[in-house]
Amino acid sequence: MEAANSPTLSEVRKTPLNALHRRLGAKMVNFGGWDMPVEYPATGGLVAEHKAVRGGVGLFDVSHMGDIRVHSGRTPGGALAAVQHISMNDASQLAIGQAHYSAMLYPQGTFVDDVIVHRLGEDDFLLVINAGTRQKDIDWVRQNTKEFDCVVEELSDDYTQLAIQGPRAAEVLQKLTDTDLGRIKNYWFTHGTVCGLKNILIARTGYTGEDGFEIYVPSDQATSEQVWAKVMEAGREFGIIPCGLGARNTLRLEAKMALYEHEISDTINVWEAGLDRYCKMEKGDFIGRAALERARSALKRTLVGLEMVERGIARDGYCCCNAAGEAIGVVTSGSPSPTLGKNIALAYVPPAMSAIGTPVYVEIRNQKAKAQVVPTPFYKRARKAAPQAVASSTAKTL
Amino acid sequence: MAYPANYRYTNQHEWVDAKGDVATIGITDYAQHELGDVVFVELPKPGTKIAAGKSFGTVESVKAVSDIYAPVSGEVVEANGDLHNTPEKINSDPHGAAWLIKVKLASTAELNSLMDAAAYEAFVATKGKEASA
Repeated sequence: MEAANSPTLSEVRKTPLNALHRRLGAKMVNFGGWDMPVEYPATGGLVAEHKAVRGGVGLFDVSHMGDIRVHSGRTPGGALAAVQHISMNDASQLAIGQAHYSAMLYPQGTFVDDVIVHRLGEDDFLLVINAGTRQKDIDWVRQNTKEFDCVVEELSDDYTQLAIQGPRAAEVLQKLTDTDLGRIKNYWFTHGTVCGLKNILIARTGYTGEDGFEIYVPSDQATSEQVWAKVMEAGREFGIIPCGLGARNTLRLEAKMALYEHEISDTINVWEAGLDRYCKMEKGDFIGRAALERARSALKRTLVGLEMVERGIARDGYCCCNAAGEAIGVVTSGSPSPTLGKNIALAYVPPAMSAIGTPVYVEIRNQKAKAQVVPTPFYKRARKAAPQAVASSTAKTL
Repeated sequence: MAYPANYRYTNQHEWVDAKGDVATIGITDYAQHELGDVVFVELPKPGTKIAAGKSFGTVESVKAVSDIYAPVSGEVVEANGDLHNTPEKINSDPHGAAWLIKVKLASTAELNSLMDAAAYEAFVATKGKEASA
């Protein structure tokens, strides 16, 4: 057996919880220049972590994520205009306290990075960005907002970001805050007291396809470890376990959430990635818009979900072929799905091969294994029925 | 988990249990622990020739694919078909029920270059120290 390459520790960055992960015996990996836990074998490992989030609750350290605040300069309105210019979703539609998925694009309509935009105030925004692209992103934001009257601040190192994810996440976090979490809708946020710490950003967001919260606490090690310990204690009755990047990846893959350098990159455009609904062409000009307008009618490849029919696991980077054996595309992410008990993948294929049920052959160690195009997301959580939905279904049965 | 005293070990974390000129080959407890939850195993068919130091199969966990390297040269006489449906046995019983293949040895002399249990235990102990440094 060949062990994975171990990073040279001096070159990689660490979150304030690094020492804690090591005390917990986590298996660590270099992820985008960060020394991060991939799984915690002592508490069950990847599959147990995945299942905890789907069926109960899990706790992730996601402090490697970056944070950029864009707020007003001398006159109000500059920050909104700047955010509108550098991101593809329509930030003017956000209420204060609301967040949405968006992306920063290159002029050619490909991805600088995907980003969660939070509207902190009328002209005040927090952009949560990926770890591996942090420096590139901050440089990009500074460079492309120069002409706007706004202030750009990098706050990445100010926060320890914890993700509490799973159907029991709200019950766990509710024990630690006086904020009524029931009033925070999906993709909304507020500021409240958490573990006695005032003015903590509490967002109902995540990267797991499950209900959950992300909280942003002061980044000193003592505070970070205390909050971690209190969340674990509060979650004990629900079987909470620490979760690493391994489970984060399988969870987001089942939910078809994009990962930078996989489903999205500087060579993949918005239409190919199928992120149309987060791209508001009608909002006015933004970086990448003109190229996207031109690219709209010339789609060469599209992102599809695959399920393996034959034995084998499609992995990132594997080649996809048609029945004649010709290379037609590539797998961007592939893994066994712990929830479905099947081997699933996301892949770019020509639009002509994207219909549900189309056979696609994945080249696995020089052998072609049959897969087929399936609907995505692979997993969608059951939402609590809203009163209206209950009423309408009752009406149908009457 | 103890490393059986009668096995020989490689620095790629495979074990060999030789009886006469037939050797049983598997991966060590250290290896299964490094891999995590094993979900897939690909093994050579009987009759396949394998060469010491060369890959003869793969073991996949949820997150990674790992090649398995032949500790010795020879011809495969049996592959553990049970692992096809129960690959997780590699996690629970790596030194026993989850053996991978049985091989007719080309030369028993190759066994002499492998580590004994004490040497292998010392070897993985240094690995553990590296990881926590």
